[in-house]
Amino acid sequence: MKAPPFAYARAGSLDDALGLLAEAGDEAKLLAGGQSLVPLLVHRVVRPTHLVDVDGLGELTGRTRDGRGLVLGALTRHAELEHAPLEGRERVLSLAAARIGHVPIRARGTLGGSVAHADPAAELPAALLSLDASIVTRSRAGERTIAAEDFFLGPFATSLEPAEAVVSVVVPGAARRGRAAFAELAVRAGDFALASVAATAVVEEGRVSEVRIVLGAIEASPVRATAAEQVLEGGALRDAAIEEAARAAASGCDPVEDASTSASYRRALVARLVRDTVRELRDGAA
Amino acid sequence: MSDVRWIAPDARVRVELVLNGEQAALEAAPRWTLADAVRAHGLTGTHLGCEDGVCGACTVLLDGDPVRACLVLALQAAGRRVETVESLGPPDALHPVQQALRDARALQCGFCTPGFALLGAWLREREPDADAHRVREVVSSNLCRCTGYQPIVDALGGS
Repeated sequence: MKAPPFAYARAGSLDDALGLLAEAGDEAKLLAGGQSLVPLLVHRVVRPTHLVDVDGLGELTGRTRDGRGLVLGALTRHAELEHAPLEGRERVLSLAAARIGHVPIRARGTLGGSVAHADPAAELPAALLSLDASIVTRSRAGERTIAAEDFFLGPFATSLEPAEAVVSVVVPGAARRGRAAFAELAVRAGDFALASVAATAVVEEGRVSEVRIVLGAIEASPVRATAAEQVLEGGALRDAAIEEAARAAASGCDPVEDASTSASYRRALVARLVRDTVRELRDGAA
Repeated sequence: MSDVRWIAPDARVRVELVLNGEQAALEAAPRWTLADAVRAHGLTGTHLGCEDGVCGACTVLLDGDPVRACLVLALQAAGRRVETVESLGPPDALHPVQQALRDARALQCGFCTPGFALLGAWLREREPDADAHRVREVVSSNLCRCTGYQPIVDALGGS
């Protein structure tokens, strides 16, 4: 399998990349780590006329904290995220990154790439939703900050404009407090998840607040299990409440069905994974 | 259009890099992967199995980290450091990981072996104290259709 022909340019800066992207027209794409785009190319699912390579751009790397919170450059590799010294609820990003593909995939794949690709089964979009994170984008028209909840529109669909790039991801500063858990089930290690759950909360004096439970690989985009969150919010994370939340998440979701996995099986996975992750939040394992 | 910036789809360009410790120039078109380019350069130890990032037979080290060479465009390797299986050792001076694979009889047809050898060499250098669980996690990256994996895991210290 070989990719169809395309023209290639290596961008010297983000502005340069945006200029190249704009001038190359509708069928131009950005290339970063290539761990999703190159398979799509060789299967000829996509046939871009031009690729603009941003892989080496220093201005898209880095992990900083400012008034907005934790700012992660779009070129943050999954392996970096996996091993980053994150705190509190932020750690859901490390836990999620560790479940992406395999070591060689995580060495190349990028946060911005995962976000822009928007695979419904991807780990990081679900983790970002559980942090109330935002996606910062730029085009020649300027910069936008888009809440993760508004960014992911469906399978491989986002609110990105054609000549717009993901620049960074911002996690609110409050996420330095609290706990995080992430769990998924895949047929083999490294396969795409059949279901995943990202869970975050603040647990203080036996009471839980700011509960976020996000289901991945279940619907067209990662989705919050708000009914389950409401069951738990303000409570004491007793077993009965956790079981009720797990049931609420399972009955409240609308799972996709595919050749290997029925909706009812996905529902059963949601119940199990919600139970496991919320117990982890309670027990402070993460 | 800034034509000078774009490399045309059918153009062949020189990709300068450090290949197995020496300055080298690969020839490649934009759609060639790094695996295509090193093989065309004569380094055919990098095996192409699935060509879509699943099997890991084409694993090479890029700036020291294992990557699927079929998921890196050749042009993306410009200015970087690449090690293929040929960097490990010739038959009369095997790298310790090659020797361990041999001693454990960790191959049958041998097609996947270069990828496992590079994963093992990387792990040995970066995480010499990796426990059995970690070895298995790293090995899970690549497919082998002959051995059932146990001899490979044994060779790389995972049992």
